[in-house]
Amino acid sequence: MRFNHKRPLMALFMLIAALALAVGISACGGGSSSSSSESTEAESTETTGGEETSEEGGEGEAITSNPANAKVSLTIGSKNFPEQEILGEIYTQALAAAGYNAKSDLSLGSETVALKTLKAGKISGYPEYASTALTAFFGLEPEEVPADATEAWEKANAEFEKEGLTAFEPTPFASANAVGLLKTTAEKYGLKTISDLEGVSEELSLYGSPECEERIDCLAGLEKYYGLKFKEFKPVDIELRYTVLEKEQADLSILFTTDPELAAENGKFVILEDDKHVFPAGNVIFVTSKKVAEEAGPDYEKTILNVQKGLTLPVMQELDARVELERQSPAEAAAAYLESAGYVE
Amino acid sequence: MSQALLPHPLFAGFGGAFEFIFSRQTSNVTGGHKVGGIDQVLELALRQIEVSVVALALAMLVAIPIGLYLGHKGVGEALAIGLGNASRAVPELAAIALIAAVVGVGFWTLVIVLAVLGIPPILTNTFTGINQVDRPTIDAARGLGMSEFEILRKVEVPMAVPSVMGGIRTSSINIIATATIAPLAGVLTLGNFIINENVYGANGVLAGAIVVSIIALIFEFALAGLQRRLTSKGLRLQAQ
Repeated sequence: MRFNHKRPLMALFMLIAALALAVGISACGGGSSSSSSESTEAESTETTGGEETSEEGGEGEAITSNPANAKVSLTIGSKNFPEQEILGEIYTQALAAAGYNAKSDLSLGSETVALKTLKAGKISGYPEYASTALTAFFGLEPEEVPADATEAWEKANAEFEKEGLTAFEPTPFASANAVGLLKTTAEKYGLKTISDLEGVSEELSLYGSPECEERIDCLAGLEKYYGLKFKEFKPVDIELRYTVLEKEQADLSILFTTDPELAAENGKFVILEDDKHVFPAGNVIFVTSKKVAEEAGPDYEKTILNVQKGLTLPVMQELDARVELERQSPAEAAAAYLESAGYVE
Repeated sequence: MSQALLPHPLFAGFGGAFEFIFSRQTSNVTGGHKVGGIDQVLELALRQIEVSVVALALAMLVAIPIGLYLGHKGVGEALAIGLGNASRAVPELAAIALIAAVVGVGFWTLVIVLAVLGIPPILTNTFTGINQVDRPTIDAARGLGMSEFEILRKVEVPMAVPSVMGGIRTSSINIIATATIAPLAGVLTLGNFIINENVYGANGVLAGAIVVSIIALIFEFALAGLQRRLTSKGLRLQAQ
């Protein structure tokens, strides 16, 4: 009948005390927790790039609905970030306007997942960056990716064709990863190109998405081709890539060249020129299966090529801004694009 | 080897995952260098355990005293249980984004988010465990001349141990599992393998999940053992 009075409460407090000690210990060690990622880092996924000079957007010809297309069902996919979702919506809405029974299944995941979904026949097609296709799917080194958009597309398409897929011609805009920083930091260290980081990178922290660490078109490439070592690499959600710069937690952050923040007039953020071409610029190519392309008829390719004509770098930045800064849905941004560029009424 | 040991097709994919854990594998996107292997797995596993233990400790430091106080007073049931349940609905990623915008990302941001996730089960179970102790038992203790603190310490807490520990066990599983999102907040844990399928492949994803599960099971067994030791003999006999 007697309880052991003291032990449970004592032991509970000791457990708490031990755990509290653990808190203290790891607080001391906290600084090193990040430095332990000495490996490589890279995050670059699809990205962007280029300095396309874009002509005005709205040169698209209006899409006409063809009743013969109504019996064809299409599902358009995308990878899991805003620019991809916008592109997915643009293609979906344009195909619907052309009379297809089109729906979207966006934000599937990484390129690996998107390609797998396409091969499994669960989606009809999705937008991919030619550079990502060549490096992530077909094993090219970043420096082997052709700088010319048409050449990159032809190379990727030749590989896709071997797998029963096909890729349509590229968009005007390109996207690439970029090393970004606050303008004030760039001025302080006199940085213009990534090569300028030599000698100072060891004092600077780099933030990027978790996959950046290992990717050759991200941290792994910065280490391998530029020979840079950073003070630390910290992985963060892609959504936080500007937050960490603004909070001055990160000295450097991996950005995308299509980011609307870079187009802002105040020029708060700048990117370093990739003088050794570690971040290949990728124009978007729409990847689909040959079978779907055949069954869907000529309007399929025609509509997609038509609707992407207006997608220049400034237009894409503006669409990204609508979604990432103004919190519109990708569907709203896509609809606004189709209308203002004259594709639909 | 794994084929012979695991003939069932359900386990067919596990061979690759075990290979990933023990030896480095090639990856399409890394420009030739290999990923995975026991060194990387252990490093990420230790980080996962570290952040989980700290978050669990913080959750206990917050939840147990409040639970004890409210349970003993028999007040604030709506608060203890309602608040507990409400905080379960907090989406961790949104919480990280929110805290990151104020204090930035990093170890402590993650610990706070995980602790918020870990508090509800401990708070609710502590409150319930203390509050449900028989009124006649407490009256008897009071009749013996015990002070309120003595009643809490000598009667209520011993009887609430199984319930409190149940809350801690639930909480630890929640925290360990959720610590896989840490690579989105500046801390590399085993979630790195799970989030980045395009770097580590399906084998890496499965390997990450397997190691996280093993860690969760180790915590579960350790805490269950601790619970048995902390539970007074009388209660243990009663349970049988």
